[in-house]
Amino acid sequence: MTSLVNQQPHSEAIGYSFSQSTHAPNKQHSFYPYTDNGGSTLGITGADFAILAGDTRSVAGYNINSRYAPKVFKIGGDDETGEGAHILLSVVGFAADGHALKERLDAVVKMYKYQHGKPMSVRACAQRLSTILYQKRFFPYYVHAILAGLDEEGTGALYSYDPVGSYEREQCRAAGSAASLIMPFLDNQVNFKNQYIPGSGEGHALEPKKAGPLPRSTVEQLVRDAFTSAVERHIEVGDGLQMMVITANGIEEIYTPLKQD
Amino acid sequence: MTGFDFSNYNRNAALHARGVPLPKATSTGTTIVGCIFDNGVVIAADTRATSGPIVADKNCEKLHYIAPKIWCAGAGTAADTEFTTALISSNVELHSLSTGRDPRVITCMTMLKQHLFRYQGHIGAYLVVAGVDPTGVGLFTVHAHGSTDKLPYVTMGSGSLAAMSVFESTWKPNMNREEAVAICAEAIKAGIFNDLGSGSNVDVCVIENDKPTQLLRNYMKPNERGQKERDYRFPKGTTAYLNQKIISKEDMRKYISVEEASGDPNLMEVDS
Repeated sequence: MTSLVNQQPHSEAIGYSFSQSTHAPNKQHSFYPYTDNGGSTLGITGADFAILAGDTRSVAGYNINSRYAPKVFKIGGDDETGEGAHILLSVVGFAADGHALKERLDAVVKMYKYQHGKPMSVRACAQRLSTILYQKRFFPYYVHAILAGLDEEGTGALYSYDPVGSYEREQCRAAGSAASLIMPFLDNQVNFKNQYIPGSGEGHALEPKKAGPLPRSTVEQLVRDAFTSAVERHIEVGDGLQMMVITANGIEEIYTPLKQD
Repeated sequence: MTGFDFSNYNRNAALHARGVPLPKATSTGTTIVGCIFDNGVVIAADTRATSGPIVADKNCEKLHYIAPKIWCAGAGTAADTEFTTALISSNVELHSLSTGRDPRVITCMTMLKQHLFRYQGHIGAYLVVAGVDPTGVGLFTVHAHGSTDKLPYVTMGSGSLAAMSVFESTWKPNMNREEAVAICAEAIKAGIFNDLGSGSNVDVCVIENDKPTQLLRNYMKPNERGQKERDYRFPKGTTAYLNQKIISKEDMRKYISVEEASGDPNLMEVDS
């Protein structure tokens, strides 16, 4: 009789079991030092400017930590206000790591100026940031960073990074929680992907629309539309939009309110 | 056959054991509230439906009809709140027809809790049941596992704490209709702005003694989208194609009825 009860037909094995041991299993202790503070950032370059933007909401789960927590920073400025800076950095992901990374890069750029008597080039700063990130290869800064400035020729420069230092110079990049919503929009509206010149040919001979540097006013409009749209469909994006525009004349900061729900 | 179909259970358990994740259900990560007043009861809800961090529906309806004078606000898994309330609504109607009396809120609440308890929380419906019946005003909460509460003011969903803070700071006994509607709308707004799972508009339902029930859909719209700064209409011919075939409206009239749409025919539906 006992054997009958214990027998389990193999063909129709059920997916659950009541035969759990009465002893509690050894508890797994763990410490996870990262949190995701949400939000999104976006950078676009032009012929003589670069724009870095980010929403100002900081979240934890379903809660809002702050409605104004900036994600875009001036790097290598002379004082706390960032006056005299010529490089911008945006960080999205784990806010504490983002803050630590910004402080580190800021110190590095300042030290460079004091030791060499000239400001650090954006190209050099970009390479240095990659090194800083890779130094923490096995305990990374949990952030997606974007660096912006003007290159030696005075044209807009934008570098985007993964958390462990892989980087690339690009024309535009979206990062953070709504990156997957914003990036396809940028591909289409900045690099004109999937757009062809009407009537330029038949079938496969149709000529693709050529991408070139966009004027500043257009880029600002695209950035605002990208964010107001991301706010509609992503719960972690909202409250405010912080836009930093870097030109030969310096850095300009523009704040636009976003929906608060 | 009645009830749920479990025929895919073993297959899905096997898939799950091999690491295939469960499909993501649309959840109404929600703020819902209810409050009684001197002559009836009011319930209210936000209108955001989410799937993870993505907004699935910006203006969904979370106030469900049970009977003419019994309504339900639902939080949790969207499908579960929808089907559970529809099922109970149907049974309440049959019960009312069989007894020849108006349905009671407590009857409806008991049917809901017995149904939900039988499914041990697997039906993820979290409800606020409200209404007026021959015995008076009724307001209850029903949790997915089957437990219930009877209180003068209630909140549920992910925004329940934000909403309850409004009730706990401003609620007073013996309110009138206007005061009850105002406090409920204010509680929903607290959820909309302070809970990421809640958002968009405020829906309100007022059930009053000796008066028809009022469903105030989009009673408040505090989150309307602003105008986009650029025009995203593409010139005709922007999309590549290999061949084209034109079917005229006249050709289609042979098979279906065709109506002329109002408005600019060149406009695309880029946003609604």
